[in-house]
Formats: sequence, C-alpha cells, structure tokens
Amino acid sequence: MTPSISHSDDNPDHEHQTVPSDPALRVKALESLLVEKGLVDRAALDVLVDTYEHKVGPRNGARVVARAWIDGSYKTRLLSNADAAIAELGYAGMQGEHMIVLENTAKVHNLVVCTLCSCYPWPVLGLPPVWYKSAPYRSRAVIDPRGVLREFGLQLLDDVQVRVWDSTAELRYLVLPQRPSGSEELSEDSLAALVTRDAMIGVANVMAPGRGNHI
Amino acid sequence: MNGVHDMGGMHGMGAIDAEINEPVFHAPWEGRLFALRRAMGAWRRWNIDVSRHAVEMVPPAEYLRLSYYARQFEAFLEMLLNAGFVTRSEIQTGIAASGEVKATPALTIEQAAALIAKGVPTSRDLPVAARFQVGQRVRARNMHPVGHTRLPRYARARSGTIHRDHGVFVFPDTNAHFLGEKPQHVYSVRFGARELWGEQAAEQDAVYVDLWDDYLEPARA
Repeated sequence: MTPSISHSDDNPDHEHQTVPSDPALRVKALESLLVEKGLVDRAALDVLVDTYEHKVGPRNGARVVARAWIDGSYKTRLLSNADAAIAELGYAGMQGEHMIVLENTAKVHNLVVCTLCSCYPWPVLGLPPVWYKSAPYRSRAVIDPRGVLREFGLQLLDDVQVRVWDSTAELRYLVLPQRPSGSEELSEDSLAALVTRDAMIGVANVMAPGRGNHI
Repeated sequence: MNGVHDMGGMHGMGAIDAEINEPVFHAPWEGRLFALRRAMGAWRRWNIDVSRHAVEMVPPAEYLRLSYYARQFEAFLEMLLNAGFVTRSEIQTGIAASGEVKATPALTIEQAAALIAKGVPTSRDLPVAARFQVGQRVRARNMHPVGHTRLPRYARARSGTIHRDHGVFVFPDTNAHFLGEKPQHVYSVRFGARELWGEQAAEQDAVYVDLWDDYLEPARA
C-alpha cells in the first residue's frame, strides 16, 4: 500500500488548510466498500478521473475564444446563445449545462466568482484551481474586485467598469477576453495558444506574444 | 443558512495563493473522491442542492480548516449514511456487512460518458410566469433561513435591477431538503457596487447575482 501523503505536506506553499489523517487511505477504503456492495463500478470512476484530469480543460475554452475573435458571426452566436455556440465546437456537458459568455471591452471588465462554493464552467475550463475555491478569492472578489485584479497583476483604469458575476445559480460564466493588439496576423490556433485560463475567469488579460501583463 | 461558506464580502481571509502549473488533482485520492461522488449521485438518492448543503453543514471551524476535497469527503460520508448506502460500522471497518449486493452499479462506463457529455440540466421547460421583468427595480428579501439557500448574505435587503431572465430552474431552498423542485424563474440581478459596499466601492462597478423569484420583491419606492 502506498504511504499516505497529505496535500499540506506535499505543497506547503499552496495549501494552508489541512486534511484528515490518511485521506488517501480513507478514500481508498470507502471506494473498496462501495465496490464490494455493488454500488460503484471502478471502470466508470476511471472514466471520470481520466476525463477531467486529461481531456477537459481550459484549452477547450481557448478554442471558443479564438473562434469568436476571428469569426464575427460566431461571436454573435456565442454572446446570444452560448450553449449552442460552444456545442458547435464539441464542448458541452456536466457543469456547463447553462452557459453565459461575457465580453470584455475597452470599457468593461468581467470577473467570475462563486462566493458560496466552487461553481465553474467545466466543459470549457475543466475543474477549478484551488485559489478559485479558496476563502481569499471567494470573500474578496465581490467587495474588492480591483484589489483582487491588482493581486493578479492587472491594474484597471478608472474609466473601466468592473462587473463581477457571482455564480449563485446553475448558470456558468466564461469571459471572452479582448483580443490583444498586435495579434492581427495570427492564425486561429496561434490565437488559442495565447488564451489563458485566468483570462477566461477574468483575473487576467490576454497578451500578444512578447508582451507583459500591463495596460 | 448563515454559514461560513457564504463568504462574499468577508475580511481577513488573506492573500490569494495562485499555484503555477497546478495539477487538476493534488493527490490521486482527490480524483477518486471526485468520481465517487458522481457515481453515487447517479443513484438519484440526492440532488446537487442536497450535496451542496451537506458541504455547508460541515461545522464552520472544520470547514475553514479542511481542504476543498477533505471537506467534500466529510459531507459525502454524511450523505451516504443518510441515504442508507453504508453504515457507520462499515465505514469504520471498511468491511461490507452481509446483505444485498447490487447487481449493476448506477453509473456504468457508458452512463459515465453520457453524464460527462450531457450533465444534469436543472432548467425546467414549464410555463411558470415570471414575477419580474428585465429592467425592473427589485429588492432581495431580508431572509435568513436555517436551511439551504443560494441568496448570499451580502445581497440581502439590497436593491438592484433585473438584468436578464434566465428562464425556469429548480429552486434550491426546497430541493436541498427533498421538499420538491418548486420550479421558478432565475434572474441575473445587477447590484451597484456602492449599494452593496458603500462609498469605498467604485461608483461604476457592479455585482451580478443569479437569484430566484422567491428571493426577490419589488423595490420599495
């Protein structure tokens, strides 16, 4: 049996909370119990883990963003009926059943949070990072969005309106970042490569190649 | 419930700690737990609102102390016990008591693929009338239910504007307690940042909160 290593032991810089002793052993024992009772199928569990660990992630969302940047009619469809437009690229499903896309402009910056827990658009971004589910982000995003953005290295000008979207219901939000200047010649694939997860949550802008994260 | 999970606007939680090149799961058990929760959910003995409420019921000090998945594990055990899938003695010993063994798990490989691809929509195609219209001024009710709710404290008794009508959805406050779906309209409600936070907030900023009909009342004159 493999020794149990808790996350907090493993990554002291990134997990200040603790886990119960031997979570690995406890979860393993529970899985065995549920398998023994015929309640779960290990192969189905493997499919779920493999899908969200390896197949679904922010590259999906990046493809949606890049398509919207190069195809005006796609962008129009994306902003008016996100579910259908995202499905055009083959992305749909669990925790993305009801999608809304928010367009950043020179005067509007959108930021997505789930103050109550961890709601996040899985089909286009995968599972959320720890910081998105953490108390600091959840508590501050609504009361001090500009401070949060500064912490991520993004200083917004006063004439930009910040819109924070709290995912309190079953709507899931994806930010359509501004296309960076200097990217006019890039292909759709090259554009998609520029788009980061953080930009699609709204805590960053997309930078053209060779640019820093500044205004 | 006025739980510690309802964090919007709280102070003192510290700096945001964003990990570079973060793995999806920090240890294999997190992935197994993630999958187990979906696989057991397929028995339909609870719903997403029940599972959210179970996490909120983790005592506040524990909630803050535990990691995200550790917190979910505690809540998952409670749901399994409440639904009668396992007993405390089975969890403690890890050994199944003699008894019925299910011939077919609720979630097979094929069903897992379908779940991933289709999800579990919570909208309902029902002719429920909307109580509010886009552009209308509304006030979030000043309510403090001891059960589950998705109306965050920071929005209660605050006034905003209906920005969008999302259509009809299951109502969490009843669904979380097996009291029915009570389908009703959900709206995106725009609250000015200063309405929520006072003069310290930037005048042009706003917070949009998705709120059900039962959370809202017409704005006071």
